[in-house]
Amino acid sequence: MSIVAGQEHRVEEHEATATKTLGFWIYLMTDCILFASLFATYIVLREGTYGGPGGRELFELPFVLLETIILLASSFTCGLSLLAARKGLVKPAIIGLGATFVLGAIFLTLELGEFLKLMGEGHSWQASAFLSAFFTLVGTHGLHIAVGLLWVLVMIIQLVRQGLTSGTIRRLGMFGLFWHFLDIIWIFIFTIVYLMGVI
Amino acid sequence: MRDEKQAGKGIEDSAMQRYVIGFLSALVLTLAAYGLVVGQVLTGAMLIAAIVVLAAIQLVVQLVCFLHFGSKGADARLHQATFYLMLIILVIIVGGSLWIMANLNYNMMMSPEDMDKYMLEQSNKGF
Repeated sequence: MSIVAGQEHRVEEHEATATKTLGFWIYLMTDCILFASLFATYIVLREGTYGGPGGRELFELPFVLLETIILLASSFTCGLSLLAARKGLVKPAIIGLGATFVLGAIFLTLELGEFLKLMGEGHSWQASAFLSAFFTLVGTHGLHIAVGLLWVLVMIIQLVRQGLTSGTIRRLGMFGLFWHFLDIIWIFIFTIVYLMGVI
Repeated sequence: MRDEKQAGKGIEDSAMQRYVIGFLSALVLTLAAYGLVVGQVLTGAMLIAAIVVLAAIQLVVQLVCFLHFGSKGADARLHQATFYLMLIILVIIVGGSLWIMANLNYNMMMSPEDMDKYMLEQSNKGF
């Protein structure tokens, strides 16, 4: 009896995980549409510099390449953490999350540094339509990264206190989707905003 | 039991391989796009087309290697269906916006130069 009940419980749990993950995936798809609108706005307004400097004068490509590689590395460590968690290894999972947090925090610090530098030179979002669109698009991505960092911290605390349960593994899986998704959005920011900005 | 364990280990190894392959190819694709722009190997529309293609390849690489897109099963199919729906909406939003905005000056019966002049006059009035 207890075996049957246990199996039923496991099947229910699996279905709950599948349903919740699908729900989170649909949220990510709607988030893609949000970013699509911001990309469209940026592409339309990118020439509207109001006589001020454009991307060619403002963007520093080596700096942005560094940001890109750091974010990509954090996406990789996040994947490794998830893999360790699915193998039942708590410690490597926590270390992977820690690395993800550190790399993500470095990325966000670099990005905020770039924003402050632009604003310090008088190129804030009020200066032109191009800069409004730039700060909105890149800033929205940065806000997602900030929320992701908070999520990593919560996950680390949960893994330390609760260990690997079906609940924590499920939430870790969703965090993985979120973080990989943000890396994909960044590739398009790197290509459309920065690389095309200096061409 | 032992076979099951080994099969499980095989899946985990291939998952690990996927992440490593995904990470390395994403790194190469990023550096390639960067190199094309900085090295000025191509120019104009060709350069833009090349880096857009590189970004699209990287999208597919990361979807498959990191997000396990394209795996089988009922759940995975639902994920794919919502993804393609999102892609259709995305093309309508981005393509439609660019199409309309590119024709805006024409449809307002103003040349881009007249439009700039008009907008400058308006902002000089201090709206």
